[in-house]
Amino acid sequence: MTPPLEWYLTFSAALFTIGLVGVLVRRHVLVIFMSVELMLNACNVALVAFGRHLDTLAGQNFVVFVVTVAAAEAAVGLGIILALARHKDTVDVGEMDMLKQ
Amino acid sequence: MELLSLLFLLFAAVALTAAVLVLLSRNPVHSVLFMLLTFVNVAAMFVLLQAEFIAVIQILVYSGAILVLFLFVVMLLAGGERPLPVLNQPLQAPAAVIVGLVLVSELVLVVLTSTVGGGRKGPDTPERIAAVGGNIEALGRQLYTTWLLPFEIASVLLLVAAVGAIYLAKEDL
Repeated sequence: MTPPLEWYLTFSAALFTIGLVGVLVRRHVLVIFMSVELMLNACNVALVAFGRHLDTLAGQNFVVFVVTVAAAEAAVGLGIILALARHKDTVDVGEMDMLKQ
Repeated sequence: MELLSLLFLLFAAVALTAAVLVLLSRNPVHSVLFMLLTFVNVAAMFVLLQAEFIAVIQILVYSGAILVLFLFVVMLLAGGERPLPVLNQPLQAPAAVIVGLVLVSELVLVVLTSTVGGGRKGPDTPERIAAVGGNIEALGRQLYTTWLLPFEIASVLLLVAAVGAIYLAKEDL
């Protein structure tokens, strides 16, 4: 017997919330980006757990695409972070306010 | 309590602790390494859910590719040695923790009180998957038949992302 669906969903909710708090609290741009990845991973756990519970592989297929999009997002996002850090010479999101000026 | 539940609790505890430590570490390299611990434990959880292929791509793509990319960027970023104060504004941390607690209690309340266990069962029972030859074979068949168009679009997305990343990383942007 495997752990019930509710355990996985609770774990997923907790992981998502940790990622959300990370985005809100930290000011290092890389750590904020890592928190976004944590939230994506929490969604993956929920998708696979639901798929297992409902006897369907659609959840796992979704996760394959989520991982693909996460990889693309990481490549482009880290490129943007590199360009920003070269332009502004900082990793503090509080100082990245070019759109305000 | 049976073995699988104990393993689940162990993986969940380690993953959540490491996720909290990602946020609390001053050094971004430590954050990346704690995130590696989280991802490996989530991969173990996918094995518990009998999603072996997802567990493998979790290790390969997340732990292998994305985190190495993060480590490279930590290395390349200027001012990496200068530690930043964790907080943005004095009120921001308590407010964020309150928002997080409200969100997690709402989610757990919904999970525990609603009928999340209901819903129509699909065709992919463990016996059917075993008859096809296992998780990876069953997933591959669906990916290349039912989900063929999304699969091709995902490959185009990866190509666009690679071109975009190369353009953004140019020196004279």
